[in-house]
Amino acid sequence: MSNRVINLLVPIISIILGLLVGAVVMLFSGYNPINGYIALWNGVFEDSYAIGETIRQISPYILAGLAVAFAFRTGLFNIGVEGQLIVGWFAAAYVGVTFELPAIIHIPFALLAAAAAGALWGLVPGLLKAKFGVHEVIVTIMMNYIALHSVNALIKTVSGGNYKTDPIKETASLRSEFLANLTDFSTLHYGILVALAMVVVMWFILEKTKTGFELKSVGFNDHASQYAGMNVNKNIVLSMVISGAFAGLGGAMEALGTFGYMATLAGFTGIGFDGIAVALLGANTPLGVIFGASLFGSLKYGAGNMPNAAGIPIEIVSIVIALIIFFVASGYIIRVGLQRMNKKKGAK
Amino acid sequence: MSKRKLGLALSLVLAAGTILGACGADKGKEKGTPSTSGKDKAAFSVAMVTDIGGVDDKSFNQSAWAGVEKYGKKNNLEKADGGYDYLESVGEADYNPNLNKLVRRDFDLVFGIGHMMESSVKEVAEQKPDTKFAIVDAVVESPNVASIMFKEQEGSFLAGVAAARMTKSNKIGFVGGMTLPVIERFEAGFIAGVAAVNPDIKVDIQYTEAFNKAELGKAAANRMYSSGVDIIFHAAGGTGNGVFSEAKERKKADPNAYVWVIGVDSDQYAEGKIDNNNITMTSMLKRVDIAVENVSDLANDDKFPGGKTTTYGIAEDGIALADSHGVIPDDILAEIDDYSKKIAAGEIVVPEFPAKKK
Amino acid sequence: MEYVIEMLNIRKEFGNFVANDNITLQLEKGEIHALLGENGAGKSTLMNVLFGLYQPEGGEIRVRGKKTDITDPNVANNLGIGMVHQHFMLVENLTVTENIILGNEPKKRGMLNIKDSAKKVAEISKLYGLDVDPYAKIEDISVGMQQRVEILKTLYRGAEILIFDEPTASLTPQEIEELIGIMRKLITEGKSIILITHKLQEIMDVSDRVTVIRKGKGIGTVITVETNPEKLATLMVGRQVTFKTEKGPSHPTEEILHIENLVVEDYRGIEKVKGLNLSVRKGEIVGIAGIDGNGQSELIEAITGLRKVKSGKIKLNSKDITGKHPREITESGLGHIPQDRHKHGLVLDFSVGYNAALQSYYQKPYSNKGIMNYKIVAEKANKIIQTYDVRTQGEHEPARALSGGNQQKLIIGREVDRNPDLLIAALPTRGLDVGAIEFIHKKLIEQRDNGKAVLLISYELDEVMNISDRIAVIYDGKIVDTVSPTETTEQQLGLLMAGQEKEEFVGAATNDVVLKEGDDRDVK
Repeated sequence: MSNRVINLLVPIISIILGLLVGAVVMLFSGYNPINGYIALWNGVFEDSYAIGETIRQISPYILAGLAVAFAFRTGLFNIGVEGQLIVGWFAAAYVGVTFELPAIIHIPFALLAAAAAGALWGLVPGLLKAKFGVHEVIVTIMMNYIALHSVNALIKTVSGGNYKTDPIKETASLRSEFLANLTDFSTLHYGILVALAMVVVMWFILEKTKTGFELKSVGFNDHASQYAGMNVNKNIVLSMVISGAFAGLGGAMEALGTFGYMATLAGFTGIGFDGIAVALLGANTPLGVIFGASLFGSLKYGAGNMPNAAGIPIEIVSIVIALIIFFVASGYIIRVGLQRMNKKKGAK
Repeated sequence: MSKRKLGLALSLVLAAGTILGACGADKGKEKGTPSTSGKDKAAFSVAMVTDIGGVDDKSFNQSAWAGVEKYGKKNNLEKADGGYDYLESVGEADYNPNLNKLVRRDFDLVFGIGHMMESSVKEVAEQKPDTKFAIVDAVVESPNVASIMFKEQEGSFLAGVAAARMTKSNKIGFVGGMTLPVIERFEAGFIAGVAAVNPDIKVDIQYTEAFNKAELGKAAANRMYSSGVDIIFHAAGGTGNGVFSEAKERKKADPNAYVWVIGVDSDQYAEGKIDNNNITMTSMLKRVDIAVENVSDLANDDKFPGGKTTTYGIAEDGIALADSHGVIPDDILAEIDDYSKKIAAGEIVVPEFPAKKK
Repeated sequence: MEYVIEMLNIRKEFGNFVANDNITLQLEKGEIHALLGENGAGKSTLMNVLFGLYQPEGGEIRVRGKKTDITDPNVANNLGIGMVHQHFMLVENLTVTENIILGNEPKKRGMLNIKDSAKKVAEISKLYGLDVDPYAKIEDISVGMQQRVEILKTLYRGAEILIFDEPTASLTPQEIEELIGIMRKLITEGKSIILITHKLQEIMDVSDRVTVIRKGKGIGTVITVETNPEKLATLMVGRQVTFKTEKGPSHPTEEILHIENLVVEDYRGIEKVKGLNLSVRKGEIVGIAGIDGNGQSELIEAITGLRKVKSGKIKLNSKDITGKHPREITESGLGHIPQDRHKHGLVLDFSVGYNAALQSYYQKPYSNKGIMNYKIVAEKANKIIQTYDVRTQGEHEPARALSGGNQQKLIIGREVDRNPDLLIAALPTRGLDVGAIEFIHKKLIEQRDNGKAVLLISYELDEVMNISDRIAVIYDGKIVDTVSPTETTEQQLGLLMAGQEKEEFVGAATNDVVLKEGDDRDVK
């Protein structure tokens, strides 16, 4: 087996194994796995509505994944994507509700506000790390809670005591009649274009710019980067800021697209944390993130159809989906297994 | 290299975490097989979307589902397309798709359960003008949406009377879910009821800002009981289950402990069972089941109250106190009944809003 | 003759690459058998095959005359084969005994039984003259001592055949002496040793026989007493090697580096450079000789701007560069070959091409208005690869995949290519084989001959003696003397490095004094 074959086999075997174990779980719980998987498939691809909703679900995952991946490329663990996303969501909703502007200005303004809010939320841990060496994981985790509860309080303030903001103005919405008609009134919005544009932006920054060269260099070896005259601290801060901006835009997807408002959150959305898995599945590359987000988004949305069409309770569905992701994420183990098999064969 | 390993380790931990999380969420629910009774094509098919509390929240959603089931069985429908069914929402982003899925399965009437679904019901109702919708606990002004509201304050008033009469420490607690107008009606009525009996009783009020976090409810109850509160009224959906477990733990540790919970929405007597004791004093019934069944019946009879708001209170049998299973003595029950009649007759008007807003 | 290990016609492939091609090594009982080859010749691969980490594609292994499949390191351990790795595999904050028993901890009624193990460790230590304290923490003992712990570990597990992988790479001269003593002791106790090295002098000093491999091929086995370093070098490299680097007289002109009363603290705030004065002129190589830890690292870091200067002045090209940002200093005409090439010299996960641009990526034409031009970077990299004979599969290959010598050539290429007025070369040949050393020395002299200045920092006396035009001896943060390599001996230099005044060593028993100084350092 050549390396190329192994590279191709690993994800396929991972997914098949995940599906098999998931099927066993369904069988043992007394449900028909074939119906279940057909429902899952249909949940993602059945009609234009399903496809529209799936893409809608993928958009924030892409941005959350990019945020984690970008920081990771500079050697930083941004666990704060969740919080950055929440403040971005609020900022976009606030701008969307408060200002009266033509769409051509309003949408970019709201997006920028979201990116700026996320960037600000990334700036704090970045500065603390650069100036005082405080580990970013601790700070970003705490910043998540600060974001959650501050935003909940802010929502009450700006809405006059209500549990959610007013709906955003039409001019700030990423939704469109065209997309709604195309996908039979799904909540699909133009956010996916924003997300894909950011994939290109991340690729461009990392692969084409001087800044990207520095960021990667610092990520791989900060000592050598310092010896080469790079400002390591500046790059740490910059990386967290850009990462936070991606996350903030992820929040804008919810504010300007999916919901059109922001309601107080009882807990974390989970998108930011799933972003970690998305980034790791995608090997922290921009293209890989699209793959990871698509897998996550499709499974997550398609899973909703399993109780709907196959009568499998949502709890069982959660286990099955988690198993599939588990096996994909642990593709490393399968790779090692394959290589060992290979080695044994070679030895004989 | 080490970074790559860390990444791997993290992904494994994450994956494992998701699985464990999923296991934790599995409540081992039973699912009945579709009944074999014949189909009545003429009957309206009805389905509902739960909010994030889930269908077995032993409270609001469960009550609504009971109404749907009752309607369905009454009309010989089965739990399937063309009959009756429900979909659970895991997150807020599920509301729109779930409503849509049910519309696509050609249910004639689709309920959105809970205030949180207001905007989703509104949006989908506009997109699908041919389907009838109903929303509980919110008002959506749309010709194909029937809005169902309750006078929670009335039942809460009765609960307040019961608590004020039953307390030994003169300290009573109230645990609210999110600070929403509907929950504030509970609070306002409860305080008014307590005050009607004894204005000197202190009511300890706490909002957990979540409907699905039992651990927050448990923490709030722990604090209250520890401070001397002996009766807690909760209006917090799934969060309230934590109040029950805290009370039960205390009862288990000391069977003579004087701790009580007043349940909400459904009769939560079963929730309060611990060994041979029960810590459920009574429950404020918000008969979502009756309202849901009622609206379904109206729709079936071509009298669907679209575009209208129907309010259920004591007078409409939408609100009541549950059987206390002998906990509350007859004389107090008589007093409660007296208040109940006065409210139904309009002699007492229970306030809708708490006296002072936080 | 009895062979304890026979590796016959071993072949190991990695994809299309043949790492070991028909290599035969036969180890007699009770001998020290050297395995000699350049970096990347396949020595480590061969030993990993013996240790069960790799499975060979061809050939066979016999242990004590019996054909054996060594499928994994456990098999090797059970056969009494132990490996003393070049990079120690020790847990810093555990004690010696804890490290030794790690992995098969002895238990007494379910409880860890350290005491008995410590006793056993002490016994073995005494038997072989290792002098290791079983209760010392790894982080508190010297590198040489840590290596003895590694040796102890293998002996504790019953090793009869010990493989030493480049054991002297990180040792001081005194520690090397002691190690050789330990190896001899091991032999007299009946052990057999395979010594992997590319240092010819060590082989001559300690081994009985030598097996030479070159570019993955077995060249043959010779008896040490019948050969000499020149012959061995020729066998290893495949051509004649000059040991004494040819160089003409220097023609120093104006001063390029001027250091005045420099004081620098280390990371703990302890003064390491204590009022140092130094001057380097264009057209000369100044070697800084000294024992590790006398302020060399802090001096370099101060010159290059990586460490704060407490007081004093550094001038480069008559421009004051004290406390300036590293990049500004670099742009003032400084090149720097750092002493730790993995940590400071290269971004190992970057490609060869990216590494070639590490110092100049931000300048035109490599980047313009913030956008990189990777085509030009690649062209540049290819030029460096060619000019400096960097053996790589191409500029896309990660720097990690290169052998140490080629990594160093890449760094030197990158630095020299920028044509700096002053090149600081810190331990530029550490861990390299004679071929690479020769090449690097030539390049340094070339720099000098082009009218540039070179500041060489090295712990190896013969390197300093060989290359420098002037030698500045550093001791306790100061330059204690500046001597000419042609007018001084290694012994005199050694005494200066140990802090003796020039007058004192007239007539002193030179070597002993040096060794004693070294011993003291160890014990601390």
